[in-house]
Amino acid sequence: MPDDSLKDLADYISEKMEKYVTGHSFEKDELVISVKPDDIVAVLQFLRDDRECECTTLIDLCGVDYPERPERFEVVYCLLSIRQNHRVRVKIAIEEDQIVPTVTNVFSVAGWLEREAWDMYGILFAGNPDLRRILTDYGFEGHPQRKDFPLTGYVELRYDEEQKRVVYEPVTLTQDYRSFDYLSPWEGMTDMQIPGDEKAAVPPHGWKGPAKENDENAGGQDNASEG
Amino acid sequence: MPLKDRIDTPDVVIGEETQIKPFTMNFGPQHPAAHGVLRLVLEMEGEIVERADPHIGLLHRGTEKLIEYKTYTQALPYFDRLDYVCPMNQEHAFAMAIEKLLGVTVPRRGQYIRVLFCELGRVLNHILNITTFALDVGAITPALWGFEEREKGMEFYERVCGARLHANYFRPGGVAQDMPAGLAEDMLDWCDSFPKFLVDLESLLTENRIFKQRTVDIGIVSPEDAQDWGFTGAMLRGSGIAWDLRKSQPYEVYDELDFDIPIGKTGDCYARYLVRMEEMYQSINIMKQCLAKMPDGYVRSNDYKVTPPPRAEMKSSMEALIHHFKLYTEGFHVPAGETYTAVEAPKGEFGVYLVSDGTNKPYRCRIRAPGFPHLQALDFMSRGHQLADTVSIIGSLDIVFGEIDR
Repeated sequence: MPDDSLKDLADYISEKMEKYVTGHSFEKDELVISVKPDDIVAVLQFLRDDRECECTTLIDLCGVDYPERPERFEVVYCLLSIRQNHRVRVKIAIEEDQIVPTVTNVFSVAGWLEREAWDMYGILFAGNPDLRRILTDYGFEGHPQRKDFPLTGYVELRYDEEQKRVVYEPVTLTQDYRSFDYLSPWEGMTDMQIPGDEKAAVPPHGWKGPAKENDENAGGQDNASEG
Repeated sequence: MPLKDRIDTPDVVIGEETQIKPFTMNFGPQHPAAHGVLRLVLEMEGEIVERADPHIGLLHRGTEKLIEYKTYTQALPYFDRLDYVCPMNQEHAFAMAIEKLLGVTVPRRGQYIRVLFCELGRVLNHILNITTFALDVGAITPALWGFEEREKGMEFYERVCGARLHANYFRPGGVAQDMPAGLAEDMLDWCDSFPKFLVDLESLLTENRIFKQRTVDIGIVSPEDAQDWGFTGAMLRGSGIAWDLRKSQPYEVYDELDFDIPIGKTGDCYARYLVRMEEMYQSINIMKQCLAKMPDGYVRSNDYKVTPPPRAEMKSSMEALIHHFKLYTEGFHVPAGETYTAVEAPKGEFGVYLVSDGTNKPYRCRIRAPGFPHLQALDFMSRGHQLADTVSIIGSLDIVFGEIDR
């Protein structure tokens, strides 16, 4: 659970940055602040310079991909205050082709971190002086950490003895990629209504099929016990 | 043939006012001083570095992507393969992140074993860094001596988990197995004899004139710059900031142990060397305390939804057998949520930003490698220095490409 000083800090930031901060929450004992993408520079500048926050180090900056959301990407900034000994996480949600202002003017360390987010997710940072790819191969195409990028990738390379150089070829798998459905059928069953079993309790989540009139049964617990 | 005739352009006047054109030099990726596969494009003005542009990613394996396709148990060994110099420290961060989301606590003995091996990892890491650093600046003996001691430490790794490098020892909920009989005594003996080696090593380097000429006042980083560039660990402490997660945000049993955090005063390569040297003495001290204080008991949680039951129990209990089967096929489910959990790895703050969607696989596992920002800062640290100083700076950064490229 978050301690009181962090709660106070959350209230303080929300109050001071009322214009920019769209909300804050606690994940276990960690403070997460959501802001609008265009305001990220102002918020980070405030967090760095304010005497109460003093988040002088940007520990991490990374993207997260949620393809099913309208605002597909999340950019997460992890800040650390060495003097105050607290951490603050700032999040922005952006659409696929939305451009994020760079924070390299606030934290120099953001340069490479933004390069990596661009490389891995294709998130564009306006104003970053050196937004090249960083981890992938020279001439690589695509953004590998997006959820719709296959784990195997699209090309593989090998050394060609005849041409005396490395050649790129489309990936050919000698055996199917093994992706097992690990979810047990019993837990899978709680999410659906089995045909012919319409009188049974409707699970509180998942499939909301035709048997909706029995509302008093709707709260029924799934009874798929473990093992 | 005299030299004059061999030069094609006879009008070159060697000597006064010869303009040297700025040129670009390629350093690595196969260079002994590049500490792995660092490709450095240097823009030189004569001997002076104008700009250093590290090209990384030659060891990129897509660890973060791979982890998204593995169960939590299967994802753990990837952490050994990041910074392969101190594998267990990184498993620690991942295991702690999972434990935080699951709400599992580790038994006391498990915590002590974890701290013991984390500190052993720190010693092994610093031996490798200091000795190869010395090798970069011209001293070969420390590397020869250091690797002998390092091998003894690797043997402890091997005895406790069966592997020298890829340990897979720290598991969510504790450690894989208890220490074998006799290991604690042997480790204690080593802890007693090891400081002698450190004294010898220091006698080779600390007051060595050549070593000091190559490192003092080279790559100075001010405390403000260190924070701006995201430094952590010995790099930050070398710049005079007393910051160590083991003290400031203690995890496991670090708050019960007595140790000091050395800090440097000058922020140059020499200060970082001194910090690492002193950290080894402190780590040995912590290991001794762990061995003395280590209680008996379980080494991992008894929650069989997360940790496998003992093998003996599986022979007689159906329940245990089912748990084992479920854990090693489907794996455990982690409640939806997210956490950023960090440990003080030997190289700095090693963090895991773990997002779980409630299934048996991580939705997103971001690995915050300490070496990544350090290498980024190489550009501003080496600017205006000579080429040979760049080698010193790279040595003092303590970079390992397994973790930088991920």
